[in-house]
This record gives sequence, C-alpha cells and structure tokens, in this order.
Amino acid sequence: MATRQVARAGPPLMNIVKMKGVPILQQLEVEECLLRTSSENWCIINDGTDKPNIVMGISGKPAELVEIRPVLEDKIPVIRRFTGGGTVIVDHGTIFVSFICNKDDVADVQPYPRPIMSWSSLLYSQVFQGIADFRLRENDYVFGHRKFGGNAQSITKNRWIHHTSFLWDYEARNMSYLKLPKRAPEYRLARDHLDFICPMKDYLSRSDFITRTIDAAESHFSVESTEFEAVKPPSNMKFTPTSRLLTNQELEAAGNTSI
Amino acid sequence: MALRIWASSTANALRLSSATRPHFSPLSRCFSSVLDGLKYANSHEWVKHEGPVATIGITDHAQDHLGEVVFVELPEAGGTVTKATGFGAVESVKATSDVNSPISGEIVEVNSKLSQTPGLINSSPYEDGWMIKVKPSNPSELESLMGATQYTKFCEEEDAAH
Repeated sequence: MATRQVARAGPPLMNIVKMKGVPILQQLEVEECLLRTSSENWCIINDGTDKPNIVMGISGKPAELVEIRPVLEDKIPVIRRFTGGGTVIVDHGTIFVSFICNKDDVADVQPYPRPIMSWSSLLYSQVFQGIADFRLRENDYVFGHRKFGGNAQSITKNRWIHHTSFLWDYEARNMSYLKLPKRAPEYRLARDHLDFICPMKDYLSRSDFITRTIDAAESHFSVESTEFEAVKPPSNMKFTPTSRLLTNQELEAAGNTSI
Repeated sequence: MALRIWASSTANALRLSSATRPHFSPLSRCFSSVLDGLKYANSHEWVKHEGPVATIGITDHAQDHLGEVVFVELPEAGGTVTKATGFGAVESVKATSDVNSPISGEIVEVNSKLSQTPGLINSSPYEDGWMIKVKPSNPSELESLMGATQYTKFCEEEDAAH
C-alpha cells in the first residue's frame, strides 16, 4: 500500500452508508469487499435485516451452536461469516453497525483485537452517555449484566473491521434455535439466552441510536454520507467473499454428528 | 496488561533458554521473546531458513497481542505463498487476523497439530506453533527481512507509539 505523502489538514474521512433491511449475507459480502479492496474508511449501518438468519463466526461448528432439526424444519438460513466471534440470530430487530478503518487513520489504536475493542467501547460510551449503564464486558456490550450487542472483527495487514449486531429488539422464540455455546464469557454464569440478553428498545429509539452513533463517529472522523448502491461491488470485480450460506447437506451432516 | 505481558514473556524466555538450541537463543527477556538466528517481517511473522526449507510462524509479540488463539486457518500443502501476502488466519478474542508470508515459495508442509491444538501458537510460537514450511522460490527475499536486534527495536517502538 502506498504511503500517504500529504499531511492531512483535519481528521480522516469516514464514509457513512445507511441501509435498511439489506440481507445480512449481502451486508457481509460488501463489508469484506470493502475491507480487502478499498483504501477508505467506512461506517456501515444496516437498520434491520430482511428475515431471520443465524450467523456463526469463522470457526463456528453448527453441531455445537445450532439446534439443527428445528433450523432445518423451519428453513432458517445459517451463515458462516468472515470475522471471528460467536453465533447470533439476527432479524428485522437487529441494527448492525460496522467500522472499517485504515490502521493509520486510527493511529493511537494498535491493530489487535483488544485495543480495537477498547476503542469501540469509547465510541459507544459517547452514544449511550446519559441513557444507560453501558459498558464493554468481556468483549460484549452490556447494560448492567445483560448483553445487547455482540462484536466481531477481522484484521488485515493495514486495515481492520469491527462490526456489531445490536439487539434493538428480538423474538424470544428465535433464541431457541441457538444452543448454549461451549465458549461463553464468565459473566454469563450459564444463563440461558433470555436471561442473558436485553433489548435496546427499552432505552432509546432506532433513529436516536443511529443518529447518536453517527454523531460519535463525527468526533473521531470527518464524515460523509454515501449511498449503498455506490458501495456494492461491481459484477466484474475479482473478489470472492468468504462469508457463505451453509447448505442443507452440511447442516444435516452436522445434525447426524451431534446425535 | 503490562504485568501479564512481562509474566508471559518471562515464562517464554525461561522455556526457550532451557532448550539446547545453540543457534536460536533468546535475545530479549524484556517484553516478548525474540530469537536470534531467525528473520522477521514487520507484520510479526518469523522465518527459520534451514537448507532447502523455511519454516514460518508468528512471533511471541504477535501471539501475546492477539490473545488466546482458538482457531487456525491454514492452506494446503502444494500451494504457493507470496511475500507479504496472506496465507492463513488465526482467530482470537472474536477476531480473525491475517497471517502473511515473509517470503515466496511452495508450501511443502503444514502443521496439522494446529487444528486440534491452536493454543500451541500461544505456548510455543517459535517451536511447536510453527505454521507452514516453504521451499523458497527467491531466497534473496530473506535479506530484506529484519534480524533479531532490529525486530526487537521495531516491537519496542511500535508498542511505545501506542
């Protein structure tokens, strides 16, 4: 990557892309493409996705994380994404916020998981200031001891993405598709999903959250709005995303191994 | 954080110093361990060139900053790697982090132990946690990499800048 020769007059530029109801697989493909092929900074906000999807991290094993039989019977898509971290079920009640940054544009943050996570918590502390008892707890965003936001990252040589799925609201019955994970934060204390999470809607509206997030981004960057259509990868782009939908055969095989 | 890094690196240094490896001795017992005799990339991978084969892994500095490695993604033997380009990834603390090859060449062996025991990268980054072995296609690429002293200084400067 070429070194920037010109001294910047102000804060680095951040392109804000606001979307609504974009399918989560498409969002993940756009994000990975921007991470790997763009040299600009991006903040992607997707206000709800179109239908329930289960999204696992890069190393997720469906046999361990997902109730295979009901997922197959109810035809719930299961995606393995390009970032690390755990498993979520997302739907129209989920608000996604993703920061894709050049490491040199966030120069006081070392490009490793924990410093990036800390940086993100400072940004969101601004978002929830005066609204709720927000904190970063073992890599989760919590109000008190209940999780409302899950995080994941991917770090390349010169860039990184930190993305979050925020539970603005959720359907309790959807949580039954997920198993209790083997790897869980200590503060979870073996609570099942409904005792562990809480909805953000109890604290602020969707529009307020999005506005406050953009305001917080403005304190770190010079922001400009960009349309989603402008960031979709062109059809002739030679980039193959790694996030993918698991096939029914894969899920059935996983179901057989978990018996 | 500083205390944990010190404890981790001291443990590593002691472990390395007890091994009889006259060519690869620990240079630094402060912060993370750096072995003399290896070459280092500025993306924190190491290369050990022995005869026709070069072994590649990530450094103690890298594993310490990444945290507990829970998953390793590696290529297949028979493929190729290109200098300064990603060949795999590690997962730690909810992140996937690219691992870049310091040199170009053909992959002749992959550390299959890492699929079952990814934590070897944390406990033994320069020995049991090796990732791939490569037949270098351009051995002169090794000359542009850092030696142990230069890499130690590089890490200290990088940490001090943040």
